[in-house]
Amino acid sequence: MKHVLAMLLGLIATTLAAPAVLAQEEQTAPYAYRQLDDPEQEARAHDLMVTLRCLQCQGQSIADSDAPIAGSMRSLVRERIAAGETPDQIRDWLMERYGDYVSYEPRVTALTWPLFALPVVLILLAVVLLRRRFRSGRAAA
Amino acid sequence: MSGTGQDKAAKTGRWMIWLPLVLFAAFVALVMIGLFRPAPREVASTLIDKPMPEFDLPPGLPGRPGLASADLKGGEPHLVNIFASWCLPCRVEAPQLERLAAMGVPVEGISVRDRTADLQQFLATYGDPFERIGADDDGQVQLALGSSGVPETYVIDGKGVIRYQHIGEIRAEDIPMILEKLEEARR
Amino acid sequence: MIAEFGLAALWLAAALAAFQLIAGSLALTERGEGLAGAVRPVAVVQGLLTAIAFVALILVFARTDLSVKLVAMNSHSMKPLIFKIAGAWGNHEGSMLLWVTVMSLAGGFVALVERRLPERTMLATLAGQAFVSLGFYAFLLISSNPFERLDPVPAEGNGLNPLLQDLGLAFHPPTLYLGYVGLSVAFSFAIGALITREVGPAFARAMRPWVLAAWIFLTLGITAGSYWAYYELGWGGWWFWDPVENASLMPWLAATALLHSASVLAARNALRAWTVMLGVVAFSMSMIGTFLVRSGILTSVHAFAVDPERGSFILVLLAIYIGGALTLFGLRAATVTEGERFAPVSREGALVINNVALCAILGIVLFGTLYPLVTEAFDTKVSVGPPYFNPMGAVFFVPMLLVLMVGPLLRWRRDSLARVRPAIIAAGLAILAAVIAVLLVGGVGVLPFIGLVLAVGLAVASVMPLRGRNLRRTPLAVWGMVLAHLGIAVALFGMASESAFSVERLVALREGESATVGPWTVRLDAVEPVAGPNWTALEARMTARYKDGGGSMLLPQARSFWAPPQQTTESALKTRWNGQLYTVLGGESPGQTGPGRWQVRLWWKPFVTLIWYGGLLIGLGGVLALIGRTASDIRRVIARDKIAYRRERQNR
Repeated sequence: MKHVLAMLLGLIATTLAAPAVLAQEEQTAPYAYRQLDDPEQEARAHDLMVTLRCLQCQGQSIADSDAPIAGSMRSLVRERIAAGETPDQIRDWLMERYGDYVSYEPRVTALTWPLFALPVVLILLAVVLLRRRFRSGRAAA
Repeated sequence: MSGTGQDKAAKTGRWMIWLPLVLFAAFVALVMIGLFRPAPREVASTLIDKPMPEFDLPPGLPGRPGLASADLKGGEPHLVNIFASWCLPCRVEAPQLERLAAMGVPVEGISVRDRTADLQQFLATYGDPFERIGADDDGQVQLALGSSGVPETYVIDGKGVIRYQHIGEIRAEDIPMILEKLEEARR
Repeated sequence: MIAEFGLAALWLAAALAAFQLIAGSLALTERGEGLAGAVRPVAVVQGLLTAIAFVALILVFARTDLSVKLVAMNSHSMKPLIFKIAGAWGNHEGSMLLWVTVMSLAGGFVALVERRLPERTMLATLAGQAFVSLGFYAFLLISSNPFERLDPVPAEGNGLNPLLQDLGLAFHPPTLYLGYVGLSVAFSFAIGALITREVGPAFARAMRPWVLAAWIFLTLGITAGSYWAYYELGWGGWWFWDPVENASLMPWLAATALLHSASVLAARNALRAWTVMLGVVAFSMSMIGTFLVRSGILTSVHAFAVDPERGSFILVLLAIYIGGALTLFGLRAATVTEGERFAPVSREGALVINNVALCAILGIVLFGTLYPLVTEAFDTKVSVGPPYFNPMGAVFFVPMLLVLMVGPLLRWRRDSLARVRPAIIAAGLAILAAVIAVLLVGGVGVLPFIGLVLAVGLAVASVMPLRGRNLRRTPLAVWGMVLAHLGIAVALFGMASESAFSVERLVALREGESATVGPWTVRLDAVEPVAGPNWTALEARMTARYKDGGGSMLLPQARSFWAPPQQTTESALKTRWNGQLYTVLGGESPGQTGPGRWQVRLWWKPFVTLIWYGGLLIGLGGVLALIGRTASDIRRVIARDKIAYRRERQNR
């Protein structure tokens, strides 16, 4: 009874706060919230989904998002995997449309190579630092 | 505090001492660019000047034709508006689309993740400029077009090539620009 | 009235900070020595004044005084009291006031108790602290006044983002802030030491408790934040390499490195310049993190409105403080020698490798987080996410873990691996057993495999320092180290296990139907509406059975808040010793599956809870070390004060 009363109060408050109630965004994409029957295919789809960026969220992959467009993207990934496409083909298809932004896995391009050069630079820097440290250490000892 | 070996080590390490400051200066320069010349927040489609992907959508309303990519190759430029009844900016945009339609611009609609009843009510309330309405209930055509939100409007030339993508609602002040894009697409 | 009172206290505190800076700097010169006595009391009073201002803000929020703009923008009269109070710092202005408050209180505390350093270094440190505070006072008073009034007074407030109306999150940001600000004290010590060229063990000992305390708060803050994301976002993810998360991870990495290098400096008078630089870097990471989050420069689509004014203000502060400190470092570091020497195989050697690896990981995280900005400058959008950070971080994390297994066993200065051979063999055997076990289970990816195996090895190796010791007489600091390192192993095992063995099931169920996920069978009993103080929800009643065990009830909710309107999912968790069942109620299932079905998301995540237990262990280890280290300091201070008091009485 208390619940019902609170619900009513809540409803009143909702209608007061937002006079025009929006129609709901419908999610009818078949595989937005449904897994593929083949567990091996589903695993491949899932591994791809965690590396694709939701286009309307802040820093979330489509595997972590309730945004409707993320649901559509999940359905797209699952349907195409089921149809026999490889994860790379699907990623390329999406990148053709949305650019590198849609993939969390940066490709090596003219613009992104420093990302991949950085670990090498850091290792070199570490070697230089450590060598100097220990060589002079031996000299002093 | 000093010994000869240590002095030597300090000398060879001098350039490294300034490394943090140099990196920090690079960081400041980078974020200055980011702050004062912010990149657009939207994710633009990379299909501009490429042919419209093939699709064939069922009608969104009974008695109104659906939308297929073949419909857009008739030699005349089209506007393809991605909209939905649940989208607030679409209501803001509706009068501008009506004006464009009144000027004789063919306006086609793709309704995304929507219901027929909601769609009917939306068009009855906010106006109906659409010649055809394709129902993209799964959002798959939206993805094929490289659209990341609703509303978006594409200018398609007579050969079915995407010439321009407008992200967000078309405001009254955007109309001349849209007309110009249509004119360019005609050439 | 309360608001004006708070504002007045804030202005006074700012004025005192200015005085503290001038007096502290002048006292370093010959002519201004007379001012030296004023610096410490001023620092204490300044701290108290900011505390008053902060209490004033909390009062205004607790009473929902809507004539204050900040309250009207961020609170709502129907919110539970605890969230009203938490609302005081759940926004930009309030959190900046919290920042300044903690910073000034910490400064006051340092002024009150720290007596080990030469007085000149203390004066320089307190002047430095005042200099940093002044910038934040200016920021608060000029561009983010939390006490601004609103006219006319609105009838109701805007409310707090429902995602933030959660106990975990109410206390997560202040915890992180305590960490960030604690590092500002380390920063001030580093500045003071650089100015007076007194970089030595005394400096490291004075700085260490602050770094340790800050590091504990950062550890707990990150752990809590990760758990919050895990249960609140409704998809079972616990770390996303999101810029906001990275902003909290970077100071932690720097503080961890600083903590270890400060130990070397305190014990062996080595790594002097390096430690000072880390002191600067650690606080830089706090400020850079705050800048990245506040300016909105990195948050992508649908972010909070970017506020260039706020961003530029923090950027100016950054440039002044960090740029200035690094310049000072460049000028002085050449005269600060590296100190005592040591062999590669020694405690110091292991700690140097730990430091280099931590800094490299820091470099990867910082670069990867910022790189999208670089490409945006060239008009291309790029995303850098888990597929980059995980393997690139592992390149440095794995060698660091290997060194961590033997490092704590090594002696200072010079040692041989032969001496610690039994420990190496024990860890090696544990790793071998883990390799076989994981291979038998099968189907585990490369990174989780490495994680699982190294976690087992590290768990064994981490307790080795206790071997052959009298456990009762083992110092607390050693216990702390062992617990913290064990915590790393525990957390790593949880992460790797979650990634390797999680089972996901998305199903559409009618009431009365069941689904299985891993060893669990979950039945959807009913879906009913419920209501809370400022939300309504659909609640699913589920019965979950583990194998053939008894049923336990789970109540996941899909909540709708109305001020501001927003939907959230409240997951329901069932924890066992060997993992967690994670259940979420989605919407009503549409279309093909027919009416009356509900979308239900189920996960079985073996050993996932170890991630956060590990985090807690790390924090607990820090607490033990802090108690152990400060207890002796306090005893010494009390003894000295007693002597001073007696002398004073005798003189009378």
